[in-house]
Amino acid sequence: MDLAQGVQIVSFAILSVMMIGAALGVVLFSNIVYSAFLLGGVFISIAGMYILLNADFVAAAQVLIYVGAVNVLILFAIMLVNKRQDFTPLKSAWLRQGATALVCAGLFVLLGTMVLATPWAISTEVATTSESSIMRIGQHFFSDFLLPFELASVLLLIAMVGAIVLARREFLPEITESTSVQQQVLTLPERPRELVPAGSDSSTLTSDRGAQNK
Amino acid sequence: MQLQYFLLLAAALFCIGIYGLITSRNAVRVLMSIELLLNAVNLNLMGFSNFLDPQAIKGQVFTVFVITVAAAEAAVGLAIVLAIYRNRDTVDMEQFNLLKW
Repeated sequence: MDLAQGVQIVSFAILSVMMIGAALGVVLFSNIVYSAFLLGGVFISIAGMYILLNADFVAAAQVLIYVGAVNVLILFAIMLVNKRQDFTPLKSAWLRQGATALVCAGLFVLLGTMVLATPWAISTEVATTSESSIMRIGQHFFSDFLLPFELASVLLLIAMVGAIVLARREFLPEITESTSVQQQVLTLPERPRELVPAGSDSSTLTSDRGAQNK
Repeated sequence: MQLQYFLLLAAALFCIGIYGLITSRNAVRVLMSIELLLNAVNLNLMGFSNFLDPQAIKGQVFTVFVITVAAAEAAVGLAIVLAIYRNRDTVDMEQFNLLKW
């Protein structure tokens, strides 16, 4: 992508102001719902940065995965968790925040001097812009990054199963020894609660389970 | 456009993420700060991939892996937050002493 230099600089400035402002809003807002929506703004501006860096596929993946999945997941978690409680104020909280801000500013200064002082070996060759980057990423995935690619898929499966097991209803161990009938039906043991009888089958099941529980 | 601009921007985003990671008291906001950190790292990787290695774009491949791990981390982390909230009835980071001797 060969935009003009001025267009690139202007869009970079707009995106960077948007990103830093939204990131500060994520960290500093007291209402966490605003923070979650501003996090979406950060992700979208980062996707714009990726487009400036000639990476169309990763920009699309960023929008799809972060804005479409992670941000929605965070919003769901906020809605499930949010109790509108005020945290009890700690004494000398300003001291912690001031010290943290000082350390972060120092870290930024350190990183900035490192970035500006290092002579980067910037390559002068121009990337072939006719071919999309997705072809080259796919070639990497199936030749020299095949093992991490497969491991990533296994990791996603493990994370999905683990998240479901963690977030479901809690495990009640004393039911499991007493039920031998329900072991044939492959259900995970969980605490029985007052289910709405959707059909005759499920209502008999819940009454049976309630009788065994007493 | 220069590489240094992108690196400085990623450094700023990283520092904001660290500040939020340490000072925030809501557990969901801590997870959001971790997402900010991962995105700063991704921005670094993409900058290096574009400016130092434009032929074989290996930085973009690593960025895809980081996005994958970040998605898995968000799912598991939010499930843990939900489980802790169900047991402790709060999301205040100052009141979690589960792993304290």
